[in-house]
Amino acid sequence: MKPRGFTYHQPKTLDEALGLLAASDDAAVLAGGQSLVPMMNARLASPEIVVDINRLASLDAVRIEGDRLVVGALVRHESLIGHPLVQERLPLLSSMAETIAHWPIRTRGTIGGSLVHADPAAQWPLAAVLLEAEIELQSQGNARRIDAADFFEGALSTTLAAGELLTAIRFRLPSAGHGAAFRLLTRRPGDYAIAMAACVVEADRPRRLAIGGVEPRPLDRSGALDGLTTVPEMIEAACREVTPMDDPRAPADYRRRVLAQLVGDCLAEALRGQAS
Amino acid sequence: MTQHAITLDVDGERYELAVEARRLLSDVLRDLGRTGVHVGCEHGVCGACTVQVDGAPMRACLLFAVQLEGQAIRTVAALGDNGGLDGLQQAFHDVHGLQCGFCTPGLLMTLDALLRERAELDEATIREVVSGHLCRCTGYDNIVEAVQLALRRRAKAA
Repeated sequence: MKPRGFTYHQPKTLDEALGLLAASDDAAVLAGGQSLVPMMNARLASPEIVVDINRLASLDAVRIEGDRLVVGALVRHESLIGHPLVQERLPLLSSMAETIAHWPIRTRGTIGGSLVHADPAAQWPLAAVLLEAEIELQSQGNARRIDAADFFEGALSTTLAAGELLTAIRFRLPSAGHGAAFRLLTRRPGDYAIAMAACVVEADRPRRLAIGGVEPRPLDRSGALDGLTTVPEMIEAACREVTPMDDPRAPADYRRRVLAQLVGDCLAEALRGQAS
Repeated sequence: MTQHAITLDVDGERYELAVEARRLLSDVLRDLGRTGVHVGCEHGVCGACTVQVDGAPMRACLLFAVQLEGQAIRTVAALGDNGGLDGLQQAFHDVHGLQCGFCTPGLLMTLDALLRERAELDEATIREVVSGHLCRCTGYDNIVEAVQLALRRRAKAA
């Protein structure tokens, strides 16, 4: 199918973009378009105004600020895979990016778009929760930061307010020598995951574990690991009190079994990878 | 709806066009005679419409033509040497990397971009890349073989 008509804007500055978003109550932000355009083609989304942010070069940057890796909203999945700062400081993000859809999608799709779309089984919302990220939001005359844990509300639902643009995500950098791992199960390469898990192990902080694709939003399960020493105990604790989504291709009890396996593999790899 | 005046660079040719914002790049390219841009699913899954934008493979059905002013678009019509087949196309022909041919232009554009980036590829990488394209005829084995054949011939010729 083809999209309905819309009014198209291609702002050259962030202020211009925020002005356009403030002026309309039915505007969609077009970044990579790898989720928005399919929805528009199927007429599941028919915004009156489309604000194309692809010319906002300032949003296409990766940098380090103190203990944070700051990734601009317009950074493409593919460019994170080989990015030197990511490879040096947080290679987990590279290995997560590699599993997103397919190459011709990764060359266009953006981290900001994926976060705002908030698919339950998408990689970046999981990474955001795992790495205690702050999400930078701007609107006309206003800017705020919100913890990732408070940003994702449910499937395809966030606390982004009308007129707001996600401009960057600030991942907390784990300390040098950390161990990290990511696991997912898909029916075919590039599909959305049936379940996924990611974890980070550092010498001086509690272990971090987050799971995705299981409930309608990514879950931080780090607290469940407190005081536990063996991987089987951790698997049991992490998967307890989780209510997996249920669909014909991945019934809830199947998802739970997959999750347990992924959590175990993930923890084992991260613990092995930690510098002793 | 409003028409946007844009200049598109397609296969090295410049086109001055007036397009509605909602027009997908895949449809605009077909109207410019690039009927090798095959339109399958129109939601980015099948890969048949894949073209190169500034050298990177992208789904033409997930781009609006109005977005691409000043960027170089390359379709399957740009492949080939002097009206003949290029190395990758010849390899597809030689080892039956296609049957009905619907998926072929998209695969060629992704694989052409891949072969420009990489001199060597292991089978797992080729399979991962090819998995972004639906082919219901070949079972993929012959496509993988075609890529390997093209790589071998290129290495030999170098």
